[in-house]
Amino acid sequence: MGELASLTLSDARDKLRAGDITSREITEDCLASIEAASELNAFSQVTADKALGMADAADARLKAGDAPDLCGAPLGIKDLFCTEGVNSQAASNILTDFKPQYESTVTSQLWRDGAVMLGKLNMDEFAMGSSNETSAYGPVTSPWRRPESNTPLTPGGSSGGSAASVSADLCLAATGTDTGGSIRQPAAFTGIVGVKPTYGRCSRWGIVAFASSLDQAGPMTKSVRDGAIMLKAMTGHDPKDSTSADIAVPDFEAALTGDIRGKTIGIPKEYRLDQMPEEIEALWADGRAMLSDAGAKIVDISLPHTKYALPAYYIIAPAEASSNLARYDGVRYGARADLVAADGVEDMYQKTRAQGFGDEVKRRIMIGAYVLSAGYYDAYYLRAQKVRTLIKRDFEQVFADGVDAILTPATPSAAFGLGEVGGDDPIQMYLNDVFTVTVNLAGLPGVAVPTGTNSEGLPMGLQLIGRPWEEADMLNTAYALEQAAGFAAKPDRWW
Amino acid sequence: MSVDKDTVRRVAHLARIDVDEAALEPLSKELSAILSFAEQLAEVNVDGVEPMTSVTPMALKRRQDEVTDGGIQDKILANAPDTREGFFAVPKVVE
Repeated sequence: MGELASLTLSDARDKLRAGDITSREITEDCLASIEAASELNAFSQVTADKALGMADAADARLKAGDAPDLCGAPLGIKDLFCTEGVNSQAASNILTDFKPQYESTVTSQLWRDGAVMLGKLNMDEFAMGSSNETSAYGPVTSPWRRPESNTPLTPGGSSGGSAASVSADLCLAATGTDTGGSIRQPAAFTGIVGVKPTYGRCSRWGIVAFASSLDQAGPMTKSVRDGAIMLKAMTGHDPKDSTSADIAVPDFEAALTGDIRGKTIGIPKEYRLDQMPEEIEALWADGRAMLSDAGAKIVDISLPHTKYALPAYYIIAPAEASSNLARYDGVRYGARADLVAADGVEDMYQKTRAQGFGDEVKRRIMIGAYVLSAGYYDAYYLRAQKVRTLIKRDFEQVFADGVDAILTPATPSAAFGLGEVGGDDPIQMYLNDVFTVTVNLAGLPGVAVPTGTNSEGLPMGLQLIGRPWEEADMLNTAYALEQAAGFAAKPDRWW
Repeated sequence: MSVDKDTVRRVAHLARIDVDEAALEPLSKELSAILSFAEQLAEVNVDGVEPMTSVTPMALKRRQDEVTDGGIQDKILANAPDTREGFFAVPKVVE
């Protein structure tokens, strides 16, 4: 068990096309691996019958020839994506039993290309969290452990189920979404690749909204090549999302030559934090050397407003969330609180939202309501939007100066234990996003690549930030980094 | 910036979330901590800076104002907690 489930998308594609294996065989192996890994709590729902039906259809298509790259590849889907007839709850009790009557654009494109849906993946509630601990399904446990230790570690969040299931070889790849780092941080924590494309590259239609000006879907995969393959299937213009870009989608995989000679890579000095572990510092220095050895020119750059990205994010994202989550009122979908005869419509709203939302979601909705309320709008929200302009301008300046991509650590540390961070102090958890959140605010593409392990054998990753719409070039640099780093660590199976 | 219990009560009402009296105090601490963290933004000189309203410089597309779907009442109502005669049903709104 697990041999076929451990394949990369590219290897599976080649073997499927050659007729060496069938999609049904890979799918059955994934389903068996998922069943054996229930301790990880990575899947919130397994759609075995649907998966086998889709696998058989993919096998027929492969036999007929000319099948797309993803044809027959079993994938996990983050619970934030609406999937027709299959519960989609954003890991929230307020969407208990919600069965969408439609399919999100991104997932419909994956099925169009013949991919197979294994089920839905656990996540932080409404994608609000960095450790997968805010989920109504309970936390996901990382397949990684510290040596000689049973302490459960976080896979990161919010796409924690996606990260754990790809890392533990329960599926070939998974979808994620990234509003402040929710693809890249869990990818770094679990030793996989996570791509957050340029804002507007993937349609947001049918993805449960958190913060609409920041949310982007992207692939979480076992290699940069897989990220390129899956990204191509997920992207493209969609008239149903007015912010979806009507520009051509390049062949990202064809761009992976590994040749980065003459490219200019920026190293932003503001990403060097005072209390950053030495291991992260060393990882970053190694990455710099790898890209330099591959022929890139390394330059020091400055992104002066970096420090203000997290505070601006924690105004803007909650403001958008409070507006987006106003729709959960117990009327049109989801769960309604039990009411007594005297309750009016106002009581229904207040009780339904009190029962349905978890603590972190409530906090963010209330912060959002506060910063948008009369008397505080200018001081908080408007100011944060102006700071956001400055953060974006920082990036525009370095790109105008000839920088092709920016190299940073993906996270300020390796994975931590469940329950170890946060508690009474929500800010501690927010600091996880310190290196990733700037990218969302500026609408840029970013990718996390695993490049090393810490002294405890836990994975650590670096982030590359690309120019807008130049994911292909960014992924090629990521490919060069991946080749040089040769990261091959896998979690020891304990589950 | 510190948020007192009354402010939490007001914000909870704005957000239509029932909050127990006992939960107001801890919430006021948590919300105050988040807002204090955001206070750093006051250091930034934003004179003459336009607020960001569009992530990428693109003009919104226009299309003909015409009906493109409809006739799916059953799908619209399929997930509702309570429906009557083809409508969403809610508790009494007016006395």
